[in-house]
Amino acid sequence: MQKFSQNELKYKANDIRQDIIQMLLEAKSGHSAGPLGMADVFTALYFGGVLNYRPDQPGWPGRDRLVLSCGHICPVLYATLAEAGYFPKTELMTLRKFGSRLQGHPHNLDLPGVETTSGPLGQGSSQAVGMALAFRMDHVKNRVYLIMSDGEQNEGQTWEAVMLAGKNKLHNLTAIMDRNNIQIDGFTEDVMPLENLKAKYEAFNWHVLEVNGNNIDEIIDACLEAQSIYEKPTLILAHTIPGMGVDFMENDFKWHGNPPNKEQAVLALNELRTLRGQITSEHQ
Amino acid sequence: MELNPKIGQPDIEQVATRKGYGEGLLELGLADQKAVVLTADLAESTQVLEFAQKYPERFVECGVAEQNMMGVAAGLALAGKTAFVSSYATFSPGRSWDQLRVSVCYSQANVKVAGAHTGISVGPDGATHQALEDVAITRVLPNLVVEVPCDYLEAKKTTVALGKMKGPAYFRLGRAATAVMTTAQTPFELGKAYVMREGKDAAIIGSGPILYQALLAAIELEKQGISVMVVNNHTIKPIDVKTIVEAAKLCGAVVTVEEHQVMAGCGSAVCEVLAQNFPVPVEMVGMQNTFGESGQPDELLKKYQMDKDAIMDAIKRLIKRKRQVI
Repeated sequence: MQKFSQNELKYKANDIRQDIIQMLLEAKSGHSAGPLGMADVFTALYFGGVLNYRPDQPGWPGRDRLVLSCGHICPVLYATLAEAGYFPKTELMTLRKFGSRLQGHPHNLDLPGVETTSGPLGQGSSQAVGMALAFRMDHVKNRVYLIMSDGEQNEGQTWEAVMLAGKNKLHNLTAIMDRNNIQIDGFTEDVMPLENLKAKYEAFNWHVLEVNGNNIDEIIDACLEAQSIYEKPTLILAHTIPGMGVDFMENDFKWHGNPPNKEQAVLALNELRTLRGQITSEHQ
Repeated sequence: MELNPKIGQPDIEQVATRKGYGEGLLELGLADQKAVVLTADLAESTQVLEFAQKYPERFVECGVAEQNMMGVAAGLALAGKTAFVSSYATFSPGRSWDQLRVSVCYSQANVKVAGAHTGISVGPDGATHQALEDVAITRVLPNLVVEVPCDYLEAKKTTVALGKMKGPAYFRLGRAATAVMTTAQTPFELGKAYVMREGKDAAIIGSGPILYQALLAAIELEKQGISVMVVNNHTIKPIDVKTIVEAAKLCGAVVTVEEHQVMAGCGSAVCEVLAQNFPVPVEMVGMQNTFGESGQPDELLKKYQMDKDAIMDAIKRLIKRKRQVI
């Protein structure tokens, strides 16, 4: 796998964010805040040397599995997969359109690199546990990376899966929770209080790490630490800013489930391309 | 058709279909290293305990968490396993339908869902545990094969056949010991209904252990000069259109029988075939839009009109209607 410098990783995350904005503008529907907030986590996983994968062989048996449980943030998955070379970037603009392989919520059989089907929340956690169990049965070293949202912790199924993973000490499972504090109806602690998440997962026999989910280095370090924990599955509580990178979207739950219109997209892209006004964009 | 020669005799062997599941799993477990079994705290009752003891490394005890179990099975399947999900049908697919729909069917994960304790003959446990809607909620799901074995031996054959088949499947099992109508030699093929008994005045088309009541009804009606065909439509989906239409053409009238709500079950599936291909008068024997209750299987089959006598009455009504049509 190609190694990237710190700066290169930052630019990759920025590229992914720009793709997300353009995809959502083109699709005219979809979620903005989650995908933007998670661009750094996906960059760390795919380009920071964490995930084992081969874009030219999507079915390679030795690959690690990335299970996206909160399927609604799939624009960030699609943009990352295209960046990694699974399919041409031009295809990103077909998101949510008739005949597209980029379904509104991800479908494992449609697009190379998409491992599972998700949308109804909580289902990815169980599937990730099943995969981790299968790899243990087969005595192979594949790892499973589960991406879940914080709102998804409202689902009973999530905790059923967390219990089973703790019981079976699935050290080949690393979950990363997008702790961005928003869900559709508002702030997570208003809709359904979740804290203390760290203590809850520890009580279920998980190893818990907390990182700044918008700091690529911290995410990579945490993923590598998780690989060294042998008795427990690991949860990385990734504190992210929803809408990260676009000033008027940041920390506003109204952007959970909405796409930008043309004017908003221009503003957003300008902010991303100029690194918040630090440089001049040729597109300005 | 080779069937048990003891059909109609009081000493016919009685074995629960769930036992056939357990035995089928043992056969598969030996032949196929990819076969894994999951349960949600019902290992003994669903008859998977022996598999668990013999192949502990391929057994997953999920605790009482059916939704998670269905998803874990999908994950196992997506990583190359053939996963058997074992619980009572009221819980799985009853509680885990969303997971069955998305994680299993839409994803085409190689998961086989065994729903035990189906039908009114679950008996004393009462309505909460008597699955009478499971065929309805499964047969509407794309990519899903739905099977209803009629007896212990057919349940064993079904388990093995589904294990060898790639893709999602649901099959229903019973709690009570019921008559073993078939033999090891009775031909069995997924997707292929078969005639258990020839006849020409009316055709009973049904599935599950209730077919024994149908055979008893046919035997008794023969003495009264009424010739009744009995068809075992064990595959609800994909349904065997050819055999069903042939039976309707030959007999001109059909009685559907099932230990399930008459809405959206095996009988409805048969009616969909008939309405589109060869409409004939139909009577439907099954649960009539009501919940069950505690009792012994025979008491309940009688009260809810799913025993031999109820089937005979349905055939007589049907033949009267058939004459009116002609």
